[in-house]
Amino acid sequence: MQVTLNIWRQPDAESEGAFERYENVEIDEDASFLEMLDVLNDRLLTEGKAPVAFDHDCREGICGSCSLLIDDMPHGPRQVTSCQIYMRDFEDGQEITVEPFRATAFPVMRDLMVDRAPLDRIVESGGYVSVNAGPKPEPNSIPVHPEIQEAAMDAAICIGCGACVAACPNGSGMLFTGAKVTHLNLLPQGEPERFHRARSMVRQHDDEGFGACTNTGECQQVCPQNISIKVIGELNREYRAAMIHKLRGRSGPIEAQ
Amino acid sequence: MNLDARIPEGPLEDKWHNWLDDHRLVGPRQRADHRVIVVGTGLAGASAAATLAGQGYTVDAFCFQDSSRRAHSIAAQGGINATKDYANEGDSVQRLFVDTMKGGDFRAREANVWRLAETSTNIIDQAVAQGVPFNREYGGMLATRSFGGVLVERTFYCRGQTGQQLLLGAYSALQRQVAERRATVHNRHELLDVVIADGQARGIIARNLVTGEIERHAADAVVLATGGYCNVYYLSTNAMGCNVTAAWRAHRRGAAMANPCFTQIHPTSIPATGHYQSKLTLMSESLRNDGRVWVPRDPAEVREPADVPEAERYYYLEERYPRFGNLVPRDVASRAAKIVCDDGLGVGGTGRAVYLDFRDAITERGADVIADRYGNLFEMYERITGDSPWKTPMMIYPAPHYSMGGLWVDYELSTTIPGLFAIGEANFSDHGANRLGASAMMQCLADGYFIAPHTVTNWVSGVSGHVPTDHPAFEAAESDVRDRIARLVGVGGTTPHTVFHRELGEVMLDNCGITREADGLRQAMGRIAELREAFWSDLRIEPGDQGINQTLEYAGRIADFLELAELMCRDALVREESCGCHLREEHQTDEGEAVRDDDSHSNVQVWEWKGEGEEPEMQTEKLEFESVTPVTRSYK
Repeated sequence: MQVTLNIWRQPDAESEGAFERYENVEIDEDASFLEMLDVLNDRLLTEGKAPVAFDHDCREGICGSCSLLIDDMPHGPRQVTSCQIYMRDFEDGQEITVEPFRATAFPVMRDLMVDRAPLDRIVESGGYVSVNAGPKPEPNSIPVHPEIQEAAMDAAICIGCGACVAACPNGSGMLFTGAKVTHLNLLPQGEPERFHRARSMVRQHDDEGFGACTNTGECQQVCPQNISIKVIGELNREYRAAMIHKLRGRSGPIEAQ
Repeated sequence: MNLDARIPEGPLEDKWHNWLDDHRLVGPRQRADHRVIVVGTGLAGASAAATLAGQGYTVDAFCFQDSSRRAHSIAAQGGINATKDYANEGDSVQRLFVDTMKGGDFRAREANVWRLAETSTNIIDQAVAQGVPFNREYGGMLATRSFGGVLVERTFYCRGQTGQQLLLGAYSALQRQVAERRATVHNRHELLDVVIADGQARGIIARNLVTGEIERHAADAVVLATGGYCNVYYLSTNAMGCNVTAAWRAHRRGAAMANPCFTQIHPTSIPATGHYQSKLTLMSESLRNDGRVWVPRDPAEVREPADVPEAERYYYLEERYPRFGNLVPRDVASRAAKIVCDDGLGVGGTGRAVYLDFRDAITERGADVIADRYGNLFEMYERITGDSPWKTPMMIYPAPHYSMGGLWVDYELSTTIPGLFAIGEANFSDHGANRLGASAMMQCLADGYFIAPHTVTNWVSGVSGHVPTDHPAFEAAESDVRDRIARLVGVGGTTPHTVFHRELGEVMLDNCGITREADGLRQAMGRIAELREAFWSDLRIEPGDQGINQTLEYAGRIADFLELAELMCRDALVREESCGCHLREEHQTDEGEAVRDDDSHSNVQVWEWKGEGEEPEMQTEKLEFESVTPVTRSYK
């Protein structure tokens, strides 16, 4: 099959970008979308032109490196990561637009590559259980109901790709933040730090320039891991509880919010 | 080259405890003065970096990805072994030790393997404490299942995303240390050389992949946790970025490579479909617990698989290995698949595939149970191939997956360069000639959480004074790195870098893959030398060494694969026996089973770099077996 591509080209973070058109890209329908870009890049290189830079690594939908906006949809048409999109999902002769994820908090670095370090900093602000390596209690001494484990796992499977942010009209990272808070706060191991975690991660989220959640639900429509917007409800509940807890002065002096 | 493994005295079960009791410590107030570099942030690197920082050292962690959460450990699906014996089957450290030794076909070091087995339970405790959501039974207890090559249920899992959850646990622990200002993560950085000053590893030269700047980083110890090199085969289950560059640069500086030809070809990958194929996707081996592997008995079979009657199906693993059936170790399963396909019984468009069928499991256990165990794997298969395993059998074929070989390390995980450590898949030490399923994550986390932090402590306690980054050794290493980049950028040929990689992969898979044979290996070495020459005279990449240049990064990695590949063939040629993953066609029984030669080859083949264009020199480390007796593996 053949496709025509409109690809966002931008030499570096400082430069202005623009779309460039690539016609008659010949590709097998069983090739993945990224393999189609590989083929294009070999062609560009042979023609003495700059290949298209894009982040990718595992190519099996789990590393979260992909950050393509395909025809205005983060990752593309099927609610899976870009690497799991196959050319058979498109029509022969179709024109496809490819851009980087668009969000205030994710500046473009080159072509289709964006900087998602803000997500690391949100985790840094509290997305962990504070334990060092060393002797630990026997894990079966703290039973965890399998339904709790399942619910924690449903949130823990977030791959940190940032599609939720790219899909959100507010550029909000609440689905990402909510998933991490839900995962850890549901489990007994995460309990001691739950209020600090909710407060601190939300504060960091806001400081990074992500917008607020207004329940549009776009995020869960594009999440390749099918994470439900319920995690944002859970985050809000934890955050509220944390603020009340703080106002009552149980974790430090009372502060004006 | 000093190959003293420095194995502590005493009975096997006391060695590690004795070592821990005797090793040198660094006082809590002195630790922040010692800087440790950890390269790679997969399971081994992230856990080591987090633990060392948690102990109080100043840690610089490096990864080439945009975030330390993305290393390819994230893709490990099935599980992690530990001898908890929750299933009350009589499992023990001794049994995991014996299984690992036997699985590795008696080409691993006893003392290391014992330590791995006894550390396994701590890893589960650690991960649970971090909030890793392992699957639970109804009573809230941890669930376990069995995995290829063993007869007990000792594998812990988080659905089919165990690697992701364990890595996120280690990543979170590392991010916490970043918040504490004890660790710094340098993402989008690639190691391009190891700096050796006065015979000790004292830092690295790294390229900032965003700006193109060449940076010097000094430390008192350098830990390489840079993973495996199966991308030498071009098509593998590794991530696109997995490479041998860090290990190979260290090798060229004096770190010996051990058993480079030991590469595992995983039996259950989704088969390749065309020349544009960029990687192979693994289906978890856990599928073999319930899936039955078969091919039609008739090479001319044209019916849909569901229509082939029972009697005309060749369940070749169950027939040839009645005791283990579909759960034989990976190398045995891969070889058996190759043999039936070579015999013309393969299925799919290319004839290089076999069926993995869940029909009987769905009937016997019910769709709910199968969905619970493999639901996400079935979805993944359907997403990639367009076929539903609920309706038609999966098609699978072996794919390069894991490198047991790697940098030689002693008991303290130190390479032959003092102060340079190698952990996780980057080293050679624990899996012998073949790794058992669910043991990779175990080894990475044992090394990272529980072993390297102590052995690195032992080393830095003896390091006095810091080497500044204007030391001549840094000058020289940086100048070499700059020369090499200039050389890559300067070729200015006509053939894109990817072409060389694809060709190298074909040569390696044909000649140094599932089976090997002397003539093929010799021819491959000649072909690799030609490819290397063509690479350096006709390479085309994007010009310029500044800013983001992914073709330059990739070409540098291919250049190193082109050198490693030859060493792999050389290593395979010298090993005149079959063992584990390494099947020399000259050394097999009439039934096609591997024939080991313990008298001549009960050893580790260790290679020393002698300079460009020079033949590398081989020495051997003799393997002594005091606690297990090497027997012929039989899964019949």
